[in-house]
Amino acid sequence: MAILTALAHRLVKQKLIWPLLAIAALFLFNLIVIPEFYRMEWKDGHLYGNLIDILKNGSPLIIIAIGMTLVIAKEGIDISVGSVLAISGALAVMLLDSYPLWAVIGAGLTVGLLCGLWNGMLVALLGIQPMVATLILLTIGRGIAQLITGGQVLTTSDEAFQFIGKGHLLGLPFPIFIALGVFLLTYLFKTRTAFGLFLEAAGGNKTASAYAGIRPKVIFMTAYAITGVCAGIAGIIISSNVASADANNAGLWIELDAILAVVIGGTSMRGGRFYLGGTIAGTLFIQALTTSIYSLGVEPSSILLVKAIVVIIVCLIQSDVFRQSFILSKKKVAQR
Amino acid sequence: MRSLTSKISHNNIIVLATLLLLLVLYGSGAALYTGFFSLQVFLNLFIDNAYLIIVATGMAFVIIKGGIDLSVASVVALISMVSAALFRQGASAVIVILASLAIGTLFGFGQGYLIQRFRLHPWIVTLAGMFLARGISFMISTESIVIDNPTFVMLSQHKIYVWEDGFINVSVIIAAIVVVLAILAARYSAFGRAVYAIGGNEKSALLMGLPVAKTTILVYTLSGLFSAVGGIVFTLYMLSGYSLHLMGMEMDAIAACVIGGILLTGGFGYLIGPTLGVLCTGIIQTIIMFQGTLSSWWTKITIGFLLFLFMAFQRLIVMRKEKSTIPISKNQPKFENKVVNL
Repeated sequence: MAILTALAHRLVKQKLIWPLLAIAALFLFNLIVIPEFYRMEWKDGHLYGNLIDILKNGSPLIIIAIGMTLVIAKEGIDISVGSVLAISGALAVMLLDSYPLWAVIGAGLTVGLLCGLWNGMLVALLGIQPMVATLILLTIGRGIAQLITGGQVLTTSDEAFQFIGKGHLLGLPFPIFIALGVFLLTYLFKTRTAFGLFLEAAGGNKTASAYAGIRPKVIFMTAYAITGVCAGIAGIIISSNVASADANNAGLWIELDAILAVVIGGTSMRGGRFYLGGTIAGTLFIQALTTSIYSLGVEPSSILLVKAIVVIIVCLIQSDVFRQSFILSKKKVAQR
Repeated sequence: MRSLTSKISHNNIIVLATLLLLLVLYGSGAALYTGFFSLQVFLNLFIDNAYLIIVATGMAFVIIKGGIDLSVASVVALISMVSAALFRQGASAVIVILASLAIGTLFGFGQGYLIQRFRLHPWIVTLAGMFLARGISFMISTESIVIDNPTFVMLSQHKIYVWEDGFINVSVIIAAIVVVLAILAARYSAFGRAVYAIGGNEKSALLMGLPVAKTTILVYTLSGLFSAVGGIVFTLYMLSGYSLHLMGMEMDAIAACVIGGILLTGGFGYLIGPTLGVLCTGIIQTIIMFQGTLSSWWTKITIGFLLFLFMAFQRLIVMRKEKSTIPISKNQPKFENKVVNL
């Protein structure tokens, strides 16, 4: 029994356990209420089903949330990812008329990188608070995207470009592979280079890390640049999936979902340790929740309400104060 | 002249810069376009932006305290929706107004309680609040509901003449009262001083014996209440309830605070600032409207550019202030060790 309690205590301390538990609870609920949720179909060499949909529709969010994890790890935040996504998507679709595909993708990624560097410059060099600094690009970004599209919804019929968002590889949707690639690259970057350690050090305590010989400014710039590129990739995927670029609505509120995913994944908003795996679990939880609500046949309009309640519950469970007050009241009962 | 220059200090230079910008923007508009320099165009600035002034003033308290409230725009939309739904049920105007105020206050209190009691991050809590308020308004109806209550229509169309033909409406009076009350509360009440102290440094405020927990909850409650008042004013302005009203307005409110010289690190700023910030963005919109050929997205780009200018300016002043106040620790690296960073 004692070993069990000790194990339980260790598990509770593990950050990854909470999002995974949440997903497990959700899937268990689905298993009982809507068993057809798990039905998979093999059609024309492609795999279809709700589980695949979760992965496919979650891919852009996963990519952005990975970038967001790095920025939050350094005690920052980037609320401009949605706008950067819109710019990159709009630019890609606009250039598609007159340039080859590789140049279009390159342009989308470059514009993401530039936006990331701009944010990084404001935060690291000018020392402006991260939320305000990225607020600038959040406001301007949609304007620039509208400037590129001329206020219209641009459409494209380029087959090769649409493969990025709609195509299939080995029977699975292609965006899943992109998300996997981004995750692996970032994970290797975190574990195989000194960057991960430096980022956690600089996020934990900027002054101490500076004394230890780390240059926080360079680390911060890198984190923002990676986030910018991630937003660029997500922009290309989204615009390719719907074969059009909508400057107003592409990636609207995705920054909020991404921050949510990171926090559910156990990375603290106060910087320091970060958990890429947790972020993925958090993202999948959000996406699974959305898909479950749709397949439950609940009105789509209630999705925001459910999301809000779930977010509050998950955050409360994660809060040490809440857990402590809960455990204390239990103990008091036991003593009596 | 000397007395004037001596009055400009680190403390008020940002607000003065905003005022100067306001004059320059208005002057250039007046010089470029005929008909711009009329009393009614000026008064329309207040009529069109009354709700934003109220909401931004509430937001200012939260930001000075060192927090953030992302739910304001959704609360305004929720109030418009609830009012419309209640009117459809045949409620009277007084009940609707009271219900709106109660909803806003309760909403703000709930958020403040979660943030303070369980040490949750204000960003996450108010984000959830934003989803919750939008979600509830979606549940009421996804369609736009027109309000035809005679009292509200009368209040909405009532003109108060201030000077010959120039008129304002009830909303402007409400906004003016709210702003004046906010300024008085910030300057002369114990609550106001506690807000500034907590925003400056929460730990020292706690050690000084200030009621940190109570003030924190009160600040979010106040922001909820101001959003409700803003919601009523906005409902009067639109005379309809719609769950998609004012998407993204919370960012406009934050931008108005920044342009109005309120530091997002907390602990600093004048309560008149948000009003000036709102007027700046309002004038930009009016200029773009008068210009005629420019598209609406230029508003966003100009406001974003202004935001950048003001932030760089604020940063410059804070840097100079730090240099002049800390001469001892010269060999220290220049990283400030702030607890609050967002």
